[in-house]
Amino acid sequence: MGAGDAREAGDVGEVVRSAEPAGGPAGSGGPGVVRVAVPPRSVRHDLRAVRIVLHRELIRFWRDRLRMVLGLVQPVLWLVVMGTGLSNLMAAGSGSGGRVDLKTFIFPGVCAMSVMTTAMFSAGSIVWDREFGFLREMLVAPVSRAAIVAGKCFSGALVATVQGAVILALAGVAGVPYDPVLLLTLLGMMFLGAFALTAFGVMLAARITSMQAFFGIMQMTMMPMIFLSGALYPLGGLPAWLSVLTRLNPLTYAVDPLRQAVFARLDVPADVERTFNPGIGWGGWEVPVWLSLLLVLALGLALMGAAVLQFRRAG
Amino acid sequence: MPSGGPAVLVDGLVKRFGEVEAVRGIELAVEPGEVFGFLGPNGAGKSTTINMLCTLLRPTAGSARVAGHDVVRERDDVRRNIGLVFQDPTLDGYLTGEQNLRFHAELYGVPRSVTRDRIRQVLEMVGLWERRRDRVEQYSGGMKRRLEIARGLLHSPRVLFLDEPTVGLDPQTRSSIWEYIRELKRAEEITIFMTTHYMDEAEYCGRIAIMDRGEIVALDTPEALKAGVGRDRVRIETADDRAAIAALGERLGLEAVMSEGAVAFAVAAGEEFVPRLFAELGVPIRSVSVSRPSLDDVFMSFTGKTIRDAEGSAKDWMRLAARGRG
Repeated sequence: MGAGDAREAGDVGEVVRSAEPAGGPAGSGGPGVVRVAVPPRSVRHDLRAVRIVLHRELIRFWRDRLRMVLGLVQPVLWLVVMGTGLSNLMAAGSGSGGRVDLKTFIFPGVCAMSVMTTAMFSAGSIVWDREFGFLREMLVAPVSRAAIVAGKCFSGALVATVQGAVILALAGVAGVPYDPVLLLTLLGMMFLGAFALTAFGVMLAARITSMQAFFGIMQMTMMPMIFLSGALYPLGGLPAWLSVLTRLNPLTYAVDPLRQAVFARLDVPADVERTFNPGIGWGGWEVPVWLSLLLVLALGLALMGAAVLQFRRAG
Repeated sequence: MPSGGPAVLVDGLVKRFGEVEAVRGIELAVEPGEVFGFLGPNGAGKSTTINMLCTLLRPTAGSARVAGHDVVRERDDVRRNIGLVFQDPTLDGYLTGEQNLRFHAELYGVPRSVTRDRIRQVLEMVGLWERRRDRVEQYSGGMKRRLEIARGLLHSPRVLFLDEPTVGLDPQTRSSIWEYIRELKRAEEITIFMTTHYMDEAEYCGRIAIMDRGEIVALDTPEALKAGVGRDRVRIETADDRAAIAALGERLGLEAVMSEGAVAFAVAAGEEFVPRLFAELGVPIRSVSVSRPSLDDVFMSFTGKTIRDAEGSAKDWMRLAARGRG
């Protein structure tokens, strides 16, 4: 954005060219008329489309900076109020929790939650675009539906990651070290999770035309997903029914890598680590982080593909 | 790209929404460079037709070629060669005018080397260059419509579709939009295909088609259509309007009605009829006015109702169509 503005500022002093052909021959378009020859569709053209869809979302997000600040309210409540309050309870209940602050435990979960919420709102922008007609402008353009959907998915993920970066600034409050490698790892993981969730939202938005219905459905899926994801409690030693549900929940595989990354930087005794960071077990086999991330990526791509198909059918 | 040949060629085009046949097999050819008007009340099938020509709706039957390309099989080729200004706004209010145009340029793959000059040119044409850095949400209704026209032109389309480009605007803005459209005709090689239900605007078109209930009921130049009606409108003010109406019926065989405080009737060669009127009416006449038929009369003669009457029933028609689409 900044670079674009600087470039534009340069041409203010330029001589104003006439838009009139001044009676020029009709065949040549006349002097002064800039004729545009739109080239046939190509991969390069589709990539330009992806980029501009993404650029637009960033401009809109930047214009709406208040959203970024408001996005901090919930995580702060979770971390500072819930985290502190429950820490007391834990300290009073059993001694073993005393070594790990509950805020530290909950931090990756809070990151995941706020990134997901932002991603959901970004996906909702398609419904918004439809309501204000702008979706039509995109859908009548000679570009592939895939380019538009990909632009939306990447922009949703990017905006959510920016929001995530703001949350990461609170790491100190939660007792998570400001280690650049850790922070970058967390950002990358958040991007992946947000991408999958945006893709899910975009797929929904292809069919759902009312804002209320969209957010209703999103809320309805988000709440159980968060509760069943291990964002707020460790996934070890759960009753069988709950254990199965958490393993079926895609968000679980987005949250666990975040927590693994945080705990890798902490110095805690093995028993505490086992309680608070048990990982995801599939019948005794612990799912490695790379597999979790791969699952999230695969799911995101599959959802994006489904979204493209939906838009093709609708168009 | 094929040149020569009609800009728009429609052959037996049909669109059905469930049970409702919104467009019933229309034929149409628009030559390059024409300003072609598509008239009819809301719900007559104009928008459905335009949506099919713009590749937004698939025809149920028949075919259409726009800028030489088939709207079903060569959808992207059609899209590259048309500009669209819809009835409802399709701008992003959060972006500035210039950003909206840049978005469009990128989406249409306008070569980067000409993007800036072209954006400037179309913005200057519609008088918005000075306001390019303002957010669109701050624009007035007329400015938004002008920006949409500029955007529709940005990629130098060969056919510009304007769907009710002046609906909902005040008369002054409407006439300024028309100035831009005429200006555009001078500056660019372009065919304009527009719908409207304002009869006075249809006068600006080279040729018009009148659509009613999914069919084209008339297609010609406005002058020819008006001449085809063949009867002028006469309005008289008399000392006794009731007696005048009775006398017109009995002595001259003309059906007259009260309209806006005067006695009105239609007759062939109205000016030559005036002396006979004075001689034979037998009721003192205070004033006479004779006017040529308007497109309203044309519409009336083809559809049996005024375009405003048609509007009411058109709503039911639209509702039916919408239900079929749902």
